[in-house]
Amino acid sequence: MQLEYTLQIADNALILGHRLSEWCGHGPILEQDIAITNIALDLIGQARSLYQYAAEVEGKGRTEDDLAYLRIGTQFRNTLLVEQPKGNFGTTIVRQFLFDAFHFAFYQELCNSKDETLAAVAKKSLKEVTYHLRFSSEWVIRLGDGTAESHEKMQTALNDLWAYTGELFKASDADQWALENGIGVDLEVVKKFWEEKVSEILKMATLEQPADGWMQTGGKQGRHTEHLGYILAEMQYLQRAYPGQEW
Amino acid sequence: MVPIKSLEEKFQAAVDAEIKIEPKDWMPDAYRKTLIRQISQHAHSEIVGMLPEGNWISRAPSLRRKVGLLAKVQDEAGHGLYLYSACETLGIDREELFEQLNTGKAKYSSIFNYPTTTWADIGAIGWLVDGAAIMNQVMLCRTSYGPYARAMVRICKEESFHQRQGFEILLTLSKGSEEQRAMLQDAVDRWWWPSLMMFGPSDKESTHSAQSMKWKIKRKSNDELRQQFVDATVEQAKILNVTLPDPELKWNEERGHYDFGPIDWEEFWNVVKGNGPCNKERLAARVKAHDEGAWVRDAAVAFAEKQAKRRAEANKVA
Repeated sequence: MQLEYTLQIADNALILGHRLSEWCGHGPILEQDIAITNIALDLIGQARSLYQYAAEVEGKGRTEDDLAYLRIGTQFRNTLLVEQPKGNFGTTIVRQFLFDAFHFAFYQELCNSKDETLAAVAKKSLKEVTYHLRFSSEWVIRLGDGTAESHEKMQTALNDLWAYTGELFKASDADQWALENGIGVDLEVVKKFWEEKVSEILKMATLEQPADGWMQTGGKQGRHTEHLGYILAEMQYLQRAYPGQEW
Repeated sequence: MVPIKSLEEKFQAAVDAEIKIEPKDWMPDAYRKTLIRQISQHAHSEIVGMLPEGNWISRAPSLRRKVGLLAKVQDEAGHGLYLYSACETLGIDREELFEQLNTGKAKYSSIFNYPTTTWADIGAIGWLVDGAAIMNQVMLCRTSYGPYARAMVRICKEESFHQRQGFEILLTLSKGSEEQRAMLQDAVDRWWWPSLMMFGPSDKESTHSAQSMKWKIKRKSNDELRQQFVDATVEQAKILNVTLPDPELKWNEERGHYDFGPIDWEEFWNVVKGNGPCNKERLAARVKAHDEGAWVRDAAVAFAEKQAKRRAEANKVA
């Protein structure tokens, strides 16, 4: 279960980092191209620390790369939100903000984990995620309250992605186990922060908060959207085509 | 009024005395134009150069390589930013420079019109393309225009790191499987000659060189830099155990340099004119990013204006 829990956190970071890296060289403004890449680098860095730890916990000699490159889709434990396509810049910003608000509160709680490694990763990552949340909040406000066109694009992105937010707070068996053992976090506490933050920022952005309808779930159990298959096909290509080599 | 001739003499005297020219100093129009052309070409090359390498970010073969490549391509965005800023000190803004790039009026280094078809290309770009760029850039750290020289100092530090990173990718391949070694040799076969072309036409053919040397924008000729690159690279190729695709490559005891075969200038000019394998794709990618980003830039401006208005109103009430 500890492996499962660590992978859940790591996979979110890797898949979102990978998604963000798709902007590198294609951003709307040079400075934002650099900023988005910074966030991607932070997230992939977090994923690496967590995979290294997961490999150690498992104790079967696997490496960070084995975990990232040699698992199949159903073995990935990331939430569905982070695998959603980059869309336009507004989609990416909304996806980022909805996740950052969760990620920030999640790491804040995880700092108190009885698991010293996870607590240490959380402390280090919290510094990074504090910046991510500031960046994405500012852009949600700027684009929400910018022009009529930007407002509409942001509202559409928000409406489309909202159905993937419920899963962030729905405890999996691993979440439940981790909470009971003092390793994980109480997702209800995280949810409270998230709701307040999201509602505060959306208000400032003049965006309408969608109603909580049906929420899509399954990522934490390995039941993903069709998008993950393509992410992995691309990401794992060299490792699959030339098995067992050093790069 | 001070006669132009005496201003020009004063300017040239400053250049000759190795005094850096700064944005507010008087400078000949042609000097300003040459610098705008050169610095913007250089900035555009950084930005377009993000594309061939960016092509492998999503497929980098390990997490360490993914982070390394992502950071490298990001550095290039940063270099573009320094250089656009240096260019702006000459009285032209970034939007206009982008316009020149996107309409094909401004050029960028032709090397980026070649495709990156395998992972080894990422190593080869670092080793050969960045290696060639460094020869030029080290020289430019002492260029006569202050803001350009200072931007180059920062860029050079990062570029030499990139070159080592590229070499290390290739070194790993060279110690790998037969398939990996074949991938390495194939990449070197494809990147060697275009890298030599990066230094530009031979001194005899180069149109801008003489004046640029007099103004100390350039301090070494295209052929001198090319030779310097060949001499350094041949030795490194031995460590990688690859064959450079030039049967005429041979040490010349008398000259103290490596001799190398003739460069196919027809290919060079063909790619410059737009017929390289990726000219259309590279420009299209830049235009797409720019056009699709327009609503973001507009919104940022609109929001800033709203904020300023709100602050002004709040102040009035207070």
